[in-house]
Amino acid sequence: MAISNVTLAGLTRTQLLEIHYKMALLRRFEEKAAEEYTRGKIGGFMHLYIGQEAVGVGCLAALRPDDNVLSSYREHGQAILKGMEPRAVMAELFGKITGCSKGKGGSMHMWSNELGLLGGNAIVGAQLPIAAGVALATQYQGIDTIVACFFGDGAVDEGAFHEALNLASIWKLPVIYICENNQYSMGMAVDKAWAVDSLLPRAAAYNMPGEQVDGMDVVLVYEAMKRAVERTRSGQGPSLLEIKTYRFRGHSMTDPAYYRTREEEQQWRATRDPIGIFEKKLLDLDLASQAQFDENDTRATQVAEDAAEFADQSLDPTPEELYTDVMVDDSTALSFRYERK
Amino acid sequence: MRTITYRDALREAIREEMQRDERVFILGEDIAGYGGTYAVSKGLFEEFGEKRVRDTPLAEEVITGAAIGAALGGLRPILELMTINFSLLASDQIVNQAAKFRYMFGGQPEIPLVIRMPGGGGAQRGAQHSQSLESWYAHIPGLKVVMPATPYDAKGMLKSAVRDPDPVLFIEHELLYNVKGEVPDEGVEYTVPLNRGEVKRQGEHVTIITFSRMLHVTLQAAEDLAKEGIEAEVIDLRSIRPIDIDLLIDSVKKTNRVVIAEEGWKYYGTGQGLAALIYEYAFDYMDAPIQHVTSADVPMPYSKVLERAALPNYNAIVNAVKTIVPAALVHA
Repeated sequence: MAISNVTLAGLTRTQLLEIHYKMALLRRFEEKAAEEYTRGKIGGFMHLYIGQEAVGVGCLAALRPDDNVLSSYREHGQAILKGMEPRAVMAELFGKITGCSKGKGGSMHMWSNELGLLGGNAIVGAQLPIAAGVALATQYQGIDTIVACFFGDGAVDEGAFHEALNLASIWKLPVIYICENNQYSMGMAVDKAWAVDSLLPRAAAYNMPGEQVDGMDVVLVYEAMKRAVERTRSGQGPSLLEIKTYRFRGHSMTDPAYYRTREEEQQWRATRDPIGIFEKKLLDLDLASQAQFDENDTRATQVAEDAAEFADQSLDPTPEELYTDVMVDDSTALSFRYERK
Repeated sequence: MRTITYRDALREAIREEMQRDERVFILGEDIAGYGGTYAVSKGLFEEFGEKRVRDTPLAEEVITGAAIGAALGGLRPILELMTINFSLLASDQIVNQAAKFRYMFGGQPEIPLVIRMPGGGGAQRGAQHSQSLESWYAHIPGLKVVMPATPYDAKGMLKSAVRDPDPVLFIEHELLYNVKGEVPDEGVEYTVPLNRGEVKRQGEHVTIITFSRMLHVTLQAAEDLAKEGIEAEVIDLRSIRPIDIDLLIDSVKKTNRVVIAEEGWKYYGTGQGLAALIYEYAFDYMDAPIQHVTSADVPMPYSKVLERAALPNYNAIVNAVKTIVPAALVHA
């Protein structure tokens, strides 16, 4: 065993194992969610993070707890990584009152003021302008927290992406825009949708540093994010990361993925699984053992199962909840006076 | 009291709120160096500087989203959109974001945001600059939509809007900015609530419900009708969402007749919504069908003659009243 406490990318063994655990947790959580969806316990749209774990885990590991995170509708991972109890996430999927949004949001709408998780947004690209505004608020108040805004490659096609990057750049806002390029916006292959083959020219167009990262290697993601965080936190303005990844499942639970081949999927799963890649790296460097991985995986499976059990046993929202939370003072909502019986 | 313009009343409200609360700032297209398209923010940049008076690119979606984000981050933004017509470029942020967050995230986010924008026509701005789109937004739960018509209400309601914890769409009118009215002296603190209409003129024969610029046309019509013995009660709705239904119903119970006068289009809009509510809550008190004065159901034409023909006017209101107020009633 190495003597030095610091091992890889400036991380201790404990931190590396924690990173491994978090990736395992996201994987097992999503597998459990898929199972419960199939059983009919979860409704609506549900977009799984399986295959993309290294992006969320690597990025969040480089943030401070008081930094804010905004994400897309594929945000179960960011919610858990931001510190949300897996129980509260799963209960939200089940639409229960114990969910993080009281069952009113669902899979695509997770929030916590305390944890700095500001959605969960189901309109592609809409979180990018809002992230700029949250960053403006911190800059305005002289606070040194930063904003990490996650979005998919499809969001790059929206006008909101371009407007937001431009505004963030001219105002030097403390926000890091993180494109999780999983190669497909629903079924549209990114090489058909983008006029350029990477985000680097887009970053240049908005006069901010851009970096392309292998999103299947959590260490590389962490290191790239760390560079962006240091720069952005020191007041030098926004950064853009393009993290290339792959979702192992369809776009959502109802997507049979006709637009890509099973061979392609199998190839990614077999050779580019972010958990497998990380485990191999740690084993090769003699930084962890298979037994430790197994231990993490067992714990992750237990947490996911516990979350599902908790969600299943939680109560539905009461009928009164229908008319609460429309406005801060619900007496100013029309429904409060004229519909609520 | 002194007499100032609607424009100056708005500027005073903004200035006083910015002086009162460091978190209040304004952003929008051409609000700083240019002084505001309608000169509402003139002088504020010089007084408060670039941190709190922020010119933005012509990018309605991101500046609206950024205002939402700033509100989430603890600030009190006042966003000026150049006209309500341009707000359609930001409609995702207004409708899918600002209006939804509180509910969709289980009551956690607070968005104390004001979006100011003028709507309406009458200045030959053509079809894309003359719309009254308040009904679109008033349809959406999660928003407040107000349209003050007088300098007094404009100042008092803008101050309330800035202090309100929810997103407020504050809709002005291009032809109101130069309208003058009595407003308490600077420094005399007052606010006007965001959820209350007001009876601007008492009357017994008919209730005319109106708001924004049409209030002034309606008051003129009411004064002239009085010379013929018809006493119209004029209600200024002031808030489109929420609606002060009790005020309307109380008046209808007294007069038994209703005219609704608005600048928007007739179909599926504010007036038809109000009419449905009145029929629902006060049907037994109605002695005549509700009359509805609106813009013509066409895109706004540029031609001065055609534009005049498209907009609701004094004569339309007078005729609507006379249609449902029988002479016998007046002379009884």
